[in-house]
Amino acid sequence: MKGKGIRARLSRIRREYGPRALKEKLVKNRFIFEELCKRDFKKKYKGTVLGMGWSILAPLLTLLVMKLVFTQFFGRNAEHYTIYLFSGNLLLNYYREATKGGMNSLYENARIFTKINVPKYLFLLSRISSATINFLLTLIIYFMFVAADGIAFHIRFLSLVYPVICLTVFIIGVGMILSALCIFFRDIQYLYDVFLTLLSYVSAIFYYVDAYPQVIQRLFLLNPVYVYIKYFRVVVINGNLPSFQFHVLCAAYAAAAMWLGGWLYKKKNHQFLYYV
Amino acid sequence: MAIIKAHEVSIRYITGDFKEIGLKEYLLRRMRGEYKINEFWADKDVSFELERGDMLGIIGTNGAGKSTLLKAVSGIMVPTRGWIRVDGTVAALLELTSGFDNDLTVRENTFLRGALLGYTREFMNDKYEEIIDFAELWDFQDRPFKQLSSGMKSRLAFSIACLVHPDVIILDEVLAVGDGAFREKSGEKMKEILSGGVTGILVSHSLTQVKQMCNKVLWLDHGEQMAFGDDVGRICDDYYRFLQERRAKRSRAKAQAGNCPDGRNQTVRK
Repeated sequence: MKGKGIRARLSRIRREYGPRALKEKLVKNRFIFEELCKRDFKKKYKGTVLGMGWSILAPLLTLLVMKLVFTQFFGRNAEHYTIYLFSGNLLLNYYREATKGGMNSLYENARIFTKINVPKYLFLLSRISSATINFLLTLIIYFMFVAADGIAFHIRFLSLVYPVICLTVFIIGVGMILSALCIFFRDIQYLYDVFLTLLSYVSAIFYYVDAYPQVIQRLFLLNPVYVYIKYFRVVVINGNLPSFQFHVLCAAYAAAAMWLGGWLYKKKNHQFLYYV
Repeated sequence: MAIIKAHEVSIRYITGDFKEIGLKEYLLRRMRGEYKINEFWADKDVSFELERGDMLGIIGTNGAGKSTLLKAVSGIMVPTRGWIRVDGTVAALLELTSGFDNDLTVRENTFLRGALLGYTREFMNDKYEEIIDFAELWDFQDRPFKQLSSGMKSRLAFSIACLVHPDVIILDEVLAVGDGAFREKSGEKMKEILSGGVTGILVSHSLTQVKQMCNKVLWLDHGEQMAFGDDVGRICDDYYRFLQERRAKRSRAKAQAGNCPDGRNQTVRK
């Protein structure tokens, strides 16, 4: 009896959320999605002289500042330290931009979805996409730096697609959670800023974790963003592929965030309206 | 078969929860065990049924639950109890100008709105000229939306929304749009759409308009369904009498208040 119930539930989930259902929904909503992306992208650089140039220039300037501070003042000079810094900054910045944008996406579009019946998750996805485009641009610069630092391109680098996809899924999940919470508690915006500062310190952006005892090093793995950063470093700097378990961990974090976000959205979707 | 069927639709708003009293107060009350929310039923057990080609007028005073009901029909809101079934596409013309983006150009806004309303890109490419033509905004296509006057904005909104030939059209007092000339044009367009076998729902405070355009009428008062039927003339008259009585009662109450000694003294002193 019970087994049958679960199977029925699984098939219902597959029908509603499976690749085919998802594709149908995407085709139907593609036009909205594209127009929203255009709008978000345009608004992001509104009134700036450099426009999209900032998405490349800003991370480079941050990198320059960090490089100066940590090599000149703190005397860190490990091999490929620039790339070490850049890997951390690259992914953390992507996470920060995308989740912060995603968090406000529902609230800021309240005027639309209280008047027009439109799937609300599209606002979130379009906001995250514009951060993803920025990230991909920076990624190109990252590889230029890698080449300039004397690390030859290796076929192994292709595996970096995996953490990028995992991180993106993870971000969508976190974005769903945050945007839903933000409707109920606007205060979350300020709390999240504090959280992001904390996150940047525990993600080992500018320091090495090797100096810590094994137990502490394990604790770092509780931080999903650090896990994705580490994947990049292992592949690019150490020249290895992470273990199988590490791959599972990457996917598990993404799946967990997505599951929690999806559950929250499904549950609260109809209530958003009352709180905006 | 009915194209819209609403069965004992009730919609509840919750007031006084943490969003309104603040998080601190919420936690305090929670701890003291004094926390309670107030329920407010915007619509209570509203039922109606419309066939293809019907035109329903919804009448009632402010706060009767008309707009909330429209939101439920258009799928923006989900009824707390009961259900609404709609067969076909719904075009809701609710507060037309909100939701446009001030920083985008007229052209970009037109496409965005079209997308949000569920049109396809091909359809919008085809119809774009027609929309601008109808809204008379030829010289403004690439200007930022914020530079438009409010009349122009509502003209654009109306033009985009009225392009479709939906199965159900919902009008929330939008028939009066723009200046005199455009009002005439939009009224004609509306008539053209309505004569094409569409099912319509109209919210209006003008009883004359309701009598003219509707073959069914739904009267709501404080969320309660007072009447529903195709006896448009009678229900409108009942409603009119109800308004008159209420007004008379109010002015009587006011007059009584004015006659009380305190009130008189005050006026005399003045």
